[in-house]
Amino acid sequence: MTTAARYPEPYGSGTTNLADILERVLDKGIVIAGDIRINLLDIELLTIKLRLLVASVDKAKEMGIDWWEDDPSLSSGARKRGLDQENQRLRRRIAELEDGHGAAAEVEEGHEDRHEESRHEESRHEESRHEEVEGG
Amino acid sequence: MTELLYAYAVTGREPGTAVASYGQGVTGAPVFPVAEGELAALVSRVPAAGFDEVALQAQLEDLEWLERVARAHHEVVAAASSAGCALPLRLATVYRDEDGVRRMLRTGHDRLRAELDRLDGRIEWGVKVYTTPAAQAAPVGPAGPGAAPAGPAAARGGAGGTVSGRDYLRQRLRQRQTQDGVLQQSSDLADRLDAELSRLAEDRRVHRPQDPRLSRRDGVNVLNASYLVPAADAHAFAERARTLVAGETRVRVEMTGPWAPYSFAGTGATEAP
Repeated sequence: MTTAARYPEPYGSGTTNLADILERVLDKGIVIAGDIRINLLDIELLTIKLRLLVASVDKAKEMGIDWWEDDPSLSSGARKRGLDQENQRLRRRIAELEDGHGAAAEVEEGHEDRHEESRHEESRHEESRHEEVEGG
Repeated sequence: MTELLYAYAVTGREPGTAVASYGQGVTGAPVFPVAEGELAALVSRVPAAGFDEVALQAQLEDLEWLERVARAHHEVVAAASSAGCALPLRLATVYRDEDGVRRMLRTGHDRLRAELDRLDGRIEWGVKVYTTPAAQAAPVGPAGPGAAPAGPAAARGGAGGTVSGRDYLRQRLRQRQTQDGVLQQSSDLADRLDAELSRLAEDRRVHRPQDPRLSRRDGVNVLNASYLVPAADAHAFAERARTLVAGETRVRVEMTGPWAPYSFAGTGATEAP
C-alpha cells in the first residue's frame, strides 16, 4: 500500500493555528484509559480559560458551562436576545425623552417605529413588542 | 529517573518503520512503536516528574507547556498518518511501562481495530467560514459598529447636535439590522457551502465556532466544520471547496488539513449517540 504517495500535501502553508490543534488534541481523538489517570475536565485552566474555547458544545453543556449562549459574539440566539433588549431599552429612553409630547405621541411614534422594524424582524419579536406597548 | 510512556496514536501497521519519521515527541525523545498483535501504539519516553498525575495537573495549567505538547503531539500524529492510518489519542494518554501500553492495545483491540478499518485511507479537512471586513463595512450610523448605546447626548454630539432621540433610535436600528444582515448572509453562505461539501464527504462534524482569542482571526466564525474524505479524493474536495467560494467577498473561507481523522476517531460505535 503506497500510503505515503496517496496522502495529500498540506493545504496552504504556515504554522497551524493553535486553536485548530487544541480543538482536536484536547477535544477529539480516541479517549482510552491510560495508567496515569488524568481527567482533562478537572484541570482548572482547561475549565476556566481553555476548555471553554475548544470544548464541544455538548461536552461543555454536560459540565454545566454555557455562558456563550448569552454572549452575543458567540451565539446568534444571544444576538437576537440582545437586540430585543436594546430595542426595549432604547424605546424606554425615547419615551422618557419625548415625554413632553404626551402619552399619545409616544404610542404613535412607537407604532411607527414598530412598523419599520417589523419588515426586518420575525413575527415572534413583533408579538413581544405589541405586548410591551399594551403593557406600557 | 523514573520514566513513563506518552502515547500518541494507535496504528495497525507493522512496527519497525523508521522511527525518526515520527518526529521528536513531546519532550524531544524518539517516538517508537509498542506492538501487541496486529496493533501498535506510538509512544515516547517522558519523565515521570513532568507527566504523573500531580505534574500533569499542574502542567496543563500552563498554556505555553500545553501549546508545546499539543503541537508535538499533533506532529507525531501527522507523521504517523502520512505513513498509514493512525488513530489519534487524546492529549496526555500516559502509561507506566510497555506492559501498560500492551494491555491497552489488548483490551481495546476490537474497538481500535474497528476504528482503524473505518478510518483507513481517510483524511479530515477543516473548513471555517468567517465574515469579512468588506461585508461588515456596510454603512452604519455615526455611533459606529459595536459602540455601546450611549444615549442621545452622545448622538447629538456626534452629528452636529441635530440628531433627535428618534433619529438616534433609527440609526441604531439600521446599524443593528445591517450587522444582523451581514451575519445572516454569511451564515446562509456558510450553510450552502456546508451542504455542498457534506455531499462530497463521507462524514462531517460541526465544531464550535472558534474564539478569536485563540484563533487570532478577524471576523465572526460562522462555520467551523470537519469533513471526512477518502485520501484519494482529498484534492478534488479541496478544489471543489475553492471553486465554490471563488470570487466570494462576503465571507472568508479557511481550509486546514489534511488532518488525521481526529474529529471522527472514537465517534463510531464507541460513544453513546
